Amino acid sequence: MAAAVSTNPKTPSTGRSGAWLGQAVRRPEMGSLLGLIAVFVFFAVFGGQVFVSPAGFASWLNVAAEIGIIALPVGLLMIAGELDMSVGAIIPASSMTLAIITGFYGLPEIVGIIAALGVGLAVGFVNGFAVNRTGVPSLIVTIGTMFAVMGLTLGLAVMLTGSTSTSMAPTAVSKTILGSFIGGMFQVTVFWWAAFIVVIGWLLHVSPVGNWIYALGGDRISARNAGIPTDRLTIGLFMMSGFAAAFVGVGQAMVYQSAQVAGGQSFIFNSIMCVVIGGVLLTGGFGSVLGIVLGTITFSMVNQGIYFTGFDPNLGSVIIGALLLVAVLMNDTFRNMSLSYSARKRK
Amino acid sequence: MTTPVLELRNVNKSFGPIDVLHDISLTVNAGEVLCLLGDNGAGKSTLIKTLAGVHRPTSGQMLMDGQPVLFERPKDATDRGIATVHQFGGTFPLMTIGRSFFVGMEPTKGWGPFKVFDRKTANEVAVKAVQSFGITRIDDGDRLIGGLSGGERQSLAIARAVHFGARVLILDEPTAALGVKQASHVLRIVLEAKRRGIAVIFITHQVTHAMAVGDHFAVLIRGALAASFKKGERSREEITDLMAGGEALADLGAEIETYMETHDGHPPQPVH
Ligand SMILES: Nc1ncnc2c1ncn2[C@@H]1O[C@H](COP(=O)(O)OP(=O)(O)OP(=O)(O)O)[C@@H](O)[C@H]1O
Ligand SMILES: [Mg+2]
Repeated sequence: MAAAVSTNPKTPSTGRSGAWLGQAVRRPEMGSLLGLIAVFVFFAVFGGQVFVSPAGFASWLNVAAEIGIIALPVGLLMIAGELDMSVGAIIPASSMTLAIITGFYGLPEIVGIIAALGVGLAVGFVNGFAVNRTGVPSLIVTIGTMFAVMGLTLGLAVMLTGSTSTSMAPTAVSKTILGSFIGGMFQVTVFWWAAFIVVIGWLLHVSPVGNWIYALGGDRISARNAGIPTDRLTIGLFMMSGFAAAFVGVGQAMVYQSAQVAGGQSFIFNSIMCVVIGGVLLTGGFGSVLGIVLGTITFSMVNQGIYFTGFDPNLGSVIIGALLLVAVLMNDTFRNMSLSYSARKRK
Repeated sequence: MTTPVLELRNVNKSFGPIDVLHDISLTVNAGEVLCLLGDNGAGKSTLIKTLAGVHRPTSGQMLMDGQPVLFERPKDATDRGIATVHQFGGTFPLMTIGRSFFVGMEPTKGWGPFKVFDRKTANEVAVKAVQSFGITRIDDGDRLIGGLSGGERQSLAIARAVHFGARVLILDEPTAALGVKQASHVLRIVLEAKRRGIAVIFITHQVTHAMAVGDHFAVLIRGALAASFKKGERSREEITDLMAGGEALADLGAEIETYMETHDGHPPQPVH
């Protein structure tokens, strides 16, 4: 699935022997693939039978799906040279929007869903607009909007409902589409993640817009000089991550049938870690969707796999920390290899 | 008299309180090379950025084919066949040669919203374009730009502009990073573009390069047009002086010689 949307695998020059090696090291996801294999082997050994059973798969896949939906557009943003911290605040904001509109006011569910997704798009727009206008680094801008959205969510929730949590009863249809479990253990979110992978993979690797994103992250001024609508592109990318976070928020409200003003903060760093483990360059210009997916899976495996072992669960955080460091070092190595690689040298 | 391809009328440009261009009036004709000369900081890059749609003039008018135009963004200029190689940047270290060549001008196949970036065509065209610059070492469009030498990158940027510059080709110090062979190749490219009826604007600090290709010379001193003349109207020495911002630099060689004669062969101490 993921392979189908990865960077174009064939090249006209593949004819000569050894060219595949050059192709391989040039791919941003090379390091994360090795990391994934190592992590999988580790937990298959120490986690025992359960880890490799369907239930074991489901445990990390469910986690991966939720983070993955957010990590994909956050990864695109990082390739474009931007960060988005506000996703952590958008998730509860959209859950609360949905729960208040349907659960508290009893309005039709579709109104609540549209409003909740609209919140994500709106915050994304504000992020992109502010980054373009002020030239302040997006890290700072989105930390600002994160706090603003958190405060607004809390303030409005208390003002409107007098409480910091609201329950709701999703309709059967949306419960099935957004909040059901397949085979009793796989969350339907996994399929949504697959859909996001296809769409975003297509955008980055197949459509011409992908070229704009790489150029934007490579050198913003040159990209603009080359005729790329950099402002619109930036706003669009922030709206995408806002939308994805709101989507996850809606899904959570459907699953738990309620929403709280807090929660979601863990997604901020988790999504960034998935992306970086996946080989995306923190400063932009380099990365792939396949890498982000592999990074997300690796992260989730460690996150969940630790419970299958006899180790102290806190060790999981230590492993993730170490993994992040190793991943960045490894990705640097591979990137340097791909920079110096020339097909001619192999002759 | 034919209408100039590009014309500036009393163009001013300031960045906040800093006035960079004062009242510039210029014409660029098809099949002609305009050499833009001037000292560091004279405003040459700012002037061509205005022509390329990067900056908007603070006041004044810009005309293309006699019609007033306003370039809101660089794309407006590129869409009209004005291609620019900027002094710095322009290439993306972590992109492949093929992708970088077509940034903002991606070749696509397919239809409607399902247009697909045509990587094969992009790579082929890009590799062919750089190879035609004598850089035959590049034969793989999937290589990353960051692995190329500075001159190879520069050649790639120029090849790109030549490929897309249907009407006007603007080159900001294109020969700065280049070896003798590649520099002379750029000069040949400029002459070839001129022969094809393209208007070329060429910025350089090297008198030899300017005199080799220029039909028309415009000299900027502190943002104002200090001189504008045709080929053959000024001597090499006069041009050198003008390029140095009006100071008599051409005499420098002679001065040093006289000095050394009268001072037992010691070169003069630099003035601090
Ligand atoms: N964006 C800007 N904001 C403020 N000042 C600027 C800006 N761009 C250029 N300048 C100023 O305008 C003046 C002219 O700069 P410009 O880059 O056009 O010079 P130049 O003639 O190309 O010089 P060089 O030969 O060194 O390339 C400089 O004093 C520069 O500091
Ligand atoms: Mg300059």
